[in-house]
Amino acid sequence: MARTVTAPGSAPARAPGRPSPRRPRLAKALPYLLLAPALVAELAVHIIPMLVGAWMSLLHLTQFFIRNWTQAPYGGLTNYRVAVNAHGPVGEDLLHSFLVTVAITAVVVGCSWLFGMTAAVLLERPFPGRAALRTLFLVPYALPVFTAVITWRFMFQRDTGMVNALLSDQLRLAHGHPFWLLGDRSFAAVTAIAIWRMWPFAFLTITAGLQSIPSDLYEAAALDGAGSLRLLGRVTLPLLRPVNRVLLLVLFLWTFNDFNVAYILFDQPPAAADMISIHIYNASFITWNFGLGAAMSVLLLAFLMVVTLGYLGIGRLRSRHA
Amino acid sequence: MKARRITALVTGVVLVMTGAGCGGGGDKASPKTLTYWASNQGRSIQQDQQVLGPELKKFEQRTGIKVKLEVIGWPDLLNRILAATSSGKGPDVLNIGNTWSASLQATGAFQSFDDATIAKVGGRGRFIPSTLTSTGAAGKPPGFVPIYGLAYGLFYNKKLFADAGIKQPPRTWQELVADAKRLTDPAKKRYGVGVLGASYTEGAHFAFMFGAQQGARLFQGNQPGFDSPQMVAGVKQYLDLLGTDKVIDPADAEYVNDDQILKDFAAGKFGMMMIQSYATAGVRENGMKDDEYGVTQIPLPDPLPAGGRKVASHVAGINIGVFKNSGNKDGALKLVEFLTGPEEQKILNAAWGSLPVVPQAYDDPRFQTPAIATFRKVLAEASETLPMIPQEAQFETLVGNTVKELIADAAAGRPVDDATIRSRLAAANKKMQAGG
Repeated sequence: MARTVTAPGSAPARAPGRPSPRRPRLAKALPYLLLAPALVAELAVHIIPMLVGAWMSLLHLTQFFIRNWTQAPYGGLTNYRVAVNAHGPVGEDLLHSFLVTVAITAVVVGCSWLFGMTAAVLLERPFPGRAALRTLFLVPYALPVFTAVITWRFMFQRDTGMVNALLSDQLRLAHGHPFWLLGDRSFAAVTAIAIWRMWPFAFLTITAGLQSIPSDLYEAAALDGAGSLRLLGRVTLPLLRPVNRVLLLVLFLWTFNDFNVAYILFDQPPAAADMISIHIYNASFITWNFGLGAAMSVLLLAFLMVVTLGYLGIGRLRSRHA
Repeated sequence: MKARRITALVTGVVLVMTGAGCGGGGDKASPKTLTYWASNQGRSIQQDQQVLGPELKKFEQRTGIKVKLEVIGWPDLLNRILAATSSGKGPDVLNIGNTWSASLQATGAFQSFDDATIAKVGGRGRFIPSTLTSTGAAGKPPGFVPIYGLAYGLFYNKKLFADAGIKQPPRTWQELVADAKRLTDPAKKRYGVGVLGASYTEGAHFAFMFGAQQGARLFQGNQPGFDSPQMVAGVKQYLDLLGTDKVIDPADAEYVNDDQILKDFAAGKFGMMMIQSYATAGVRENGMKDDEYGVTQIPLPDPLPAGGRKVASHVAGINIGVFKNSGNKDGALKLVEFLTGPEEQKILNAAWGSLPVVPQAYDDPRFQTPAIATFRKVLAEASETLPMIPQEAQFETLVGNTVKELIADAAAGRPVDDATIRSRLAAANKKMQAGG
């Protein structure tokens, strides 16, 4: 995410008065011309929408102005004040949603990584049926999210769903038919689906990472008498560190920002499963105050940037000391 | 020097692109096609397409204009319209819930039906006057015109009533609760009343209706009064069916689509439902004959609380409008004229189970049933228009979602008392004030 751009002309400043070596104009302009398409694309896809969002967050953009929002009155930081005021109803809900999302993300990232790691290590040595198992594990990742989540929604329904039929009627683990899509258990429902969708990616990435570990390292360690747990702790995990570093960041960003699962599952999620991206969407549409929604989005972006840069920074420091 | 030239280049690119972004509104100005967003009126989106398809073909044969149809479910409709309004990329013609009229009119994104415009769709005189009361803010030309009329009624299963020894449908709210208790037998999985507990629109309508019976006003001028004692009492009147009286299956708290409740009603899983007139068509689709159930006005508390009003339904219905950015306004108005004409009114309202908005359509025997007579009587004698002010749609989403959450709480067995209801409604009130 952090990019350092070194401009080609930023060589040590020349002494004044000394004539600069003359070059044809075209050759001077060529690097910029070559860069231009990428620059234009970057502006159009990332920078401009972000700037527009930031500008919107400063406006009183209500239903009276959504058609022509250049007319919307300037509100300064009012929207931000409303969004971060944890004693007001809007800020209170936003904070709650943020905490819920952090909790969901922590569980999902942790479990996905653990499942992916376990499966990848277990499937590292060839055995009959390995290819079939690998393919099977990747199915949740390959399924279209809408189909998958709608199926889950049916399974989680209180009276007709498979989850209750299995847990209460067959296994008798639960008493009666609890709600999974309403109230506090919705946290478990949305987390389970997110893990189910996310862990194959962890599995895939770690499997790829394992391929790059030279097998003679294992052989050498085994000759020295290391058991399989030691091999894991002393060879596999350290060598996977670069892969894991990126993997955890990607899992975090995807889960934290995920809109689809909760939206398809609940439409308007209950408080216990109020993922932040969908919370912001609903908050702006419910009161038709899109300036406020934009302010919340900018805050979310700022948070994710701080986390990402901080994480990468720590990683870089550590690898420098290593 | 060089840096300045690059800055100029970048600024130029930015300006060009923002210009293109803002100026791009409106669909390609093709006179031969229209896009029409229809609301979901039938049992399912597929059924809506099957009903509307042939009619739009008819329109194409007459005018040479091809209509691209998209049917949008109720949970998404308002958000889709808002998104279209802000981006300027939307349909040419669209249906809206008539209660949103003033809110959407305030965006300025829709062609208003001033005298010249309404003349092109048959004139004011074409429509039944009461249907024009929910088409926009008072004192402004209508933002929309009516297309389907709807009203709430109480549907009851005659056989279940007879089995329970109930001679006639309830005439007061107290009788309704008593009858519902007699019908309820959780052991047999049978309940007194069925509701669409997860539908925010239903929640908002009931909050308005029962609130009005308790004497509540949603707004004083532009100020929301969602947490008044009368509103709390109204919402409680509704929630008590589930929480205190336990005559609703808690599973209903998950129901959001009409089909779920209609199927259950036709299968005799509960005895009564409060639902809009379109349910007549859906009940029939689910295999229940017209003479197996009755429809009556939703009964009122007796005596009505002080200041309470006789409101058994809001003036419900669907309006149709034209997007101002349409590249083919004349064609769009032609489509509105076609769909609100007596001939299409008969075909479409008969298919949806809704009420025609033009008087001639009632000549048709399909609109002379006892059920239709009941709905017309409710609209004439016991209905009120939801406030036609720009904040109305926010009321529906805020209060509707609050009611939905409270139903989920009651279904999970949590106590829902006056204090709980008041604090949740107060939060909705504050959000309304913060958002406006």
